[in-house]
Amino acid sequence: MNEIVTVNQISYHYTEEDARPALNDVSFSINKGEWIAIIGPNGSGKSTLAKAINGLIEPSGGEVKVGPYELNEENIWSIREMVGMVFQNPDNQFVGSTVQDDVAFGLENQGLPREEMVERVREALEKVNMLEFAEREPARLSGGQKQRVAIAGIVALRPDIMILDEATSMLDPKGREEVLRTVKEVKERENLSVISITHDIDEAASANRILVMREGKLIKEGTPEEIFSYGDQLIEMGLDLPFPEKLKSSLKNSGINVPSEYLTEEGMVEWLWTYDSKK
Amino acid sequence: MMDKLIFGRYIPGSSLIHRLDPRTKLMGAIFFIIIIFLANNVWTYLTLALFVALAVGLSKIKVSFFINGIKPLIWLILFTVILQILFTSGQTIYFRFGPFILSEEGLINGAFIFMRFVLIIFMSTLLTLTTMPLSLSDAIEYLLRPLAVIKVPVHEIALMLSIALRFVPTLMDETEKIMNAQRARGIDFGEGNLYEQMKSIVPLLIPLFVSSFNRAEELATAMEARGYKGGEGRSKYRQLSWETKDTVTIIAFLGLAVLLLLLKT
Repeated sequence: MNEIVTVNQISYHYTEEDARPALNDVSFSINKGEWIAIIGPNGSGKSTLAKAINGLIEPSGGEVKVGPYELNEENIWSIREMVGMVFQNPDNQFVGSTVQDDVAFGLENQGLPREEMVERVREALEKVNMLEFAEREPARLSGGQKQRVAIAGIVALRPDIMILDEATSMLDPKGREEVLRTVKEVKERENLSVISITHDIDEAASANRILVMREGKLIKEGTPEEIFSYGDQLIEMGLDLPFPEKLKSSLKNSGINVPSEYLTEEGMVEWLWTYDSKK
Repeated sequence: MMDKLIFGRYIPGSSLIHRLDPRTKLMGAIFFIIIIFLANNVWTYLTLALFVALAVGLSKIKVSFFINGIKPLIWLILFTVILQILFTSGQTIYFRFGPFILSEEGLINGAFIFMRFVLIIFMSTLLTLTTMPLSLSDAIEYLLRPLAVIKVPVHEIALMLSIALRFVPTLMDETEKIMNAQRARGIDFGEGNLYEQMKSIVPLLIPLFVSSFNRAEELATAMEARGYKGGEGRSKYRQLSWETKDTVTIIAFLGLAVLLLLLKT
């Protein structure tokens, strides 16, 4: 297997004065066709790492190599042609006024002739099962559909690598499943390498390898089975807890006595609104 | 509220006017507003009115939509017309009171001004009712293109316009959400005196403003990640197509101008 992304000892500080680096001496590599999940608590440097791979930020040390290119001023546009990125908020990455315009946006940037664009837009929309929505405006699409359009926009560019930066975190369970299925299909058909940054346990389980980040460092690496065997420690690694549990732990942190048994969302609401009367 | 201002205007349809190239419609509407100043007697105004009636008829849109277009401007129109009537002096004077004069010429002038307003509003309403905002922004980009020579950033203006249009529904959604969230915190919108109403807008505008900036930044990152590096070397997916009916329409407008020149006194 040949390596498609090689990251060698990169570091990054968001500001000069910042003592704590967002990335601290991170190294790893990804093989062609591989699916990598990066997990870690908020602020652990996952998104920064993703942005370093396609040059949205410039690492202060170390080197990044994508395909045949070394990441630098000259090669940055060639690298961006190889790396497609799906971001978290479905609305804030939808540039076009309709589905087809949005898919065409990246192609327009490359200056492709119109006949080829029409062909590629149609093909890409077919691959994500959104062809029938080609004329729709974003306001009339669900979050999951918008993310599928974003994937089509990437597929149309025929990249080698797709980065999902918490791409499913703002979706409902149905949308999440729909996007994840699309990613799997597209990955197989196009032989893409996928890097997914996630809190979602299903998404992490789809990967071949999981990287765990904490405070800008890569602390663990392994297959999903290996990583999932850590059990309770997964929570510290930033895999998502159900919302009531999160609320409970932050209430506990502010010195409120919370019931120790597991609460569903409804149970939590019940407990919350009767809380004051119990005192 | 804003919904009606911007989006309630376009009425989907497949009439001849709907299918015209947006450039034709935009140029036609602007040309019409210029040549309307050629009209100065009954015959010229009659010609213009017939032309507008024909265009409205071809659009197959109910006249009531056009009359609604006049409503927000009715006070401005009446004010101008009354000024015109009261301050035009002439040979046949019916009535005089201090500086105010009521003359035959004044009445005729007032009627002409009123006609002028109504015709301009009908024509521009016809443009917005039959053309999608997006097509209109395409047309504007195309027509501004010559200005690129004098370093006007035409491509950027067009992109901003289309992104702005695309985000209107998104921001409206957001406004609705923030309003509900603030209502849940006890703010009354649209109640109390003017000062109180204005004050209640502040907790709506600030979160909206902050989130718009966040959106803009994320959008910029996403655009950059998709290889956007400015207008240079960019091709266009959306295309406008000029057809025979567009040429015919332009000729009709030119014909109208010639007719006005012949009929005017």
